[in-house]
Amino acid sequence: MSPTQDPALEAPERATHYLNVDYGIWSWLLTKDHKRIALLYLVSITFMFFLGGLFALAIRLELLTPGADVVGADTYNKLFTMHGVIMIFFFLVPSIPAVLGNFLVPLMIGARDLAFPRLNLASWYVYTIGALFGLWAVFTGGVDTGWTFYAPYSTSASYTKVVPTIVGAFFAGFSSIFTGLNFIVTIHRMRAPGLTWFRLPLFIWAHYATSIVIILGTPVIAITLGLVAIERVFRIGIFDPALGGDPILFQHLFWFYSHPAVYIMILPSMGVISEVITCFSRKQIFGYSFVAISSLAIAFLGFLVWGHHMFVSGQSVYAALIFSVLSFAVAIPSAVKVFNWTATLYKGSISFEAPMLYALGFIGLFTIGGLTGLFLAALGLDVHVHDTYFVVAHFHYIMVGGAIMGYLGGIHFWWPKISGRRYPETLARLSALIVFLGFNLTFFPQFILGYLGMPRRYHVYPEEFQVLNVMSTAGASILGAGYLLPMLYLAWSLRWGPRAEANPWRATGLEWQTASPPPTENFPRTPLVTEEPYAYPLREVREY
Amino acid sequence: MLERLGLMPAQASTIASTTDALYWFLIGLSFVFSMGIAGALVYFSVRYRRRSDADQATQIHGSLALELVWTIIPFGLTMIVFVWSANLFVTIKRPPDDALEVLVIGKQWMWKLQHLEGRREINELHVPIGQAVKLTLTSEDVIHSFFVPAFRIKQDAVPGRYTTAWFEATKTGTYHLFCAEYCGTEHARMIGRVVVMEPADFQAWLAGEETPVQAMAVGGDGDTVVEAGAELFARLGCGTCHRDVRGALGPTLAGVFGSDVRLQDGGTVVADEAYLRESILDPRARIVQGYQAVMPTFQGLVSEEGMLQLVTYIKSLSEGRGS
Repeated sequence: MSPTQDPALEAPERATHYLNVDYGIWSWLLTKDHKRIALLYLVSITFMFFLGGLFALAIRLELLTPGADVVGADTYNKLFTMHGVIMIFFFLVPSIPAVLGNFLVPLMIGARDLAFPRLNLASWYVYTIGALFGLWAVFTGGVDTGWTFYAPYSTSASYTKVVPTIVGAFFAGFSSIFTGLNFIVTIHRMRAPGLTWFRLPLFIWAHYATSIVIILGTPVIAITLGLVAIERVFRIGIFDPALGGDPILFQHLFWFYSHPAVYIMILPSMGVISEVITCFSRKQIFGYSFVAISSLAIAFLGFLVWGHHMFVSGQSVYAALIFSVLSFAVAIPSAVKVFNWTATLYKGSISFEAPMLYALGFIGLFTIGGLTGLFLAALGLDVHVHDTYFVVAHFHYIMVGGAIMGYLGGIHFWWPKISGRRYPETLARLSALIVFLGFNLTFFPQFILGYLGMPRRYHVYPEEFQVLNVMSTAGASILGAGYLLPMLYLAWSLRWGPRAEANPWRATGLEWQTASPPPTENFPRTPLVTEEPYAYPLREVREY
Repeated sequence: MLERLGLMPAQASTIASTTDALYWFLIGLSFVFSMGIAGALVYFSVRYRRRSDADQATQIHGSLALELVWTIIPFGLTMIVFVWSANLFVTIKRPPDDALEVLVIGKQWMWKLQHLEGRREINELHVPIGQAVKLTLTSEDVIHSFFVPAFRIKQDAVPGRYTTAWFEATKTGTYHLFCAEYCGTEHARMIGRVVVMEPADFQAWLAGEETPVQAMAVGGDGDTVVEAGAELFARLGCGTCHRDVRGALGPTLAGVFGSDVRLQDGGTVVADEAYLRESILDPRARIVQGYQAVMPTFQGLVSEEGMLQLVTYIKSLSEGRGS
């Protein structure tokens, strides 16, 4: 069986695959197929992404002028809170793992499914319950604490829907724990014969590291948010000094999860980039083991740097020094990845399809995001830029310029595998370009704004900050268009796109050696792996 | 030059130039690295683009030497930044012994300050040039953060504990004071200004004498009395609490003048000039029903002239409503 040999023989329109094996709503809602669950997630998080995006648009509109013209103070505070909560807990954290990871982890390691298919389906239901709580909070008045839920504001001063939001985030956290557990067990126990640890695709390494962070970190945020709810409802003193609590304790607990959460968002994206860069340059990855191990190093060091969010909070100078030096250290494995991706292009045979454009964009934007992280790790400098737009710009370079570019690149790269259709290439390249330009116009001016001293979470601001804010808002409208386009043409391609072969990119990796879309059982026969990952150029005939 | 173009904030404290030097060093470092990466990406993309399907990549496994180089060199560079910035941080955290002391209390949504010599201020801080000033901060409710961009300092004001910050101003002028930690509805209006004065002017100000710089308790020239009162009302941050929204900390003042006000103790009072004046100078004397006694006194913060302007402005909010 070698599907890459002659895909036409398979007569894809009549072949049975995971999409046409069964019809009807229950065949989706009760599915245990990891590929269908991935699609359930895709639909859910896409909805949340556009909802969060609408809030972002409203924020940027309000900031077009120095006064409060579009919305008032309370509404603005709810907008940025709900933008953050939805984008982080309901879009970015699940994005790549729950959609691409769910779809690809079994395919890439030659397995039939994840280790616990029912747990996988349960994770989507738990996510959905969480999302419904989140939406309930949004549509019954909203919440205004900021996604950071800082106490004692969240526990004693806010009049908004804090508890439903917290319950929502709590549920969403459990859904990612389920996914993380599933990945770890699957990667340990279900690799195809011959697929040793150092033959694993880097996408798998990235998801392995991410899963470790998820299962170690998420319980802490669940406990922390639970304590906020307990203090808010029962007035038991935990964080509010008026009740005998300690507000700095909240920050320690919160950032213990929420800093590693950044790596939950970016590591899977890095995994995507490694797959895409190698495929479109027809090269082995440069320094495979360094790229693989750096994921684990990031996961480990990422747990030791949370205090860099608290340099001006009143934590001790000695603690600040330790957190600072560790924060510089965690930058190194990320830098190593960037260097290795760049070196991978050297003497390659490079082509520029849309996934590659997203990957190259990722490298550029992530580099800027990472370097500006050094500004924030630098103690004396952080005192000035902390809680200003500099921070806003920095983490959007990581989470939007990094994580979302990787997500979109991955969606395009594996779209033929997922849907069995090709997307329109020219339009996709155009939209990658629009996203890149729009993104930079939106967020680069914010670095300057931040150093000038414009604080975060201000709906009115001194007039001298207006020019840069106008640039940022202009960029946001371009960025918005860049995000709408793929949504439209990918939906279009489902019906009208040309049918995809099994391996349209001529990529290595087991997922490309089964049909597009794959059959429910993924592989007709368990594949046997006999070579290193990224063994480009792809040989014509591979016998499994 | 960059300051005039609006790309850099004013440098008005002793540490500002060190912070900026570190900033520029990191910008330089970032520029070299990002241009290096971008340059390599572009060069490789052009040089090794696939011209035909027959093009073959040259497979390279990796290079331990290169990996070590690009691990160790960036690590070394970040350690330089660490030592430099830690040094600056320790300076920022250690106030000189001879510093003037100012107590700072953040509350939703205003800054209350008091000089050790006794003079109090709201949303404004007057300091002398060339003299270290130490702030001891706390909060009455939620976390706030005292941020003066021109001084490159920021410190959270945390309820239940005291934090400190210090600066020494190097240039006279008026600078932004922001609350940098999100604190609720009017977070963006929890702003004020720091006025840096010549030492002699500061001493005169401290003694409470009229000086050319002390304009705070009186509106500008050429305004009508109502306009001057409105300006003062805004400057003192009255509107952050006295707003017509649910959850506001103080009652709205629209239509108050001349009306019967229900008090917490069950009585009522007619809101005349005397009651308005009393409420500003001794807010706890007669609390409006449904509100907490959270308003600070403005005794000593508003001159008699300013008080008349304020009262006139509040009266104007009731015009056209009948009395």
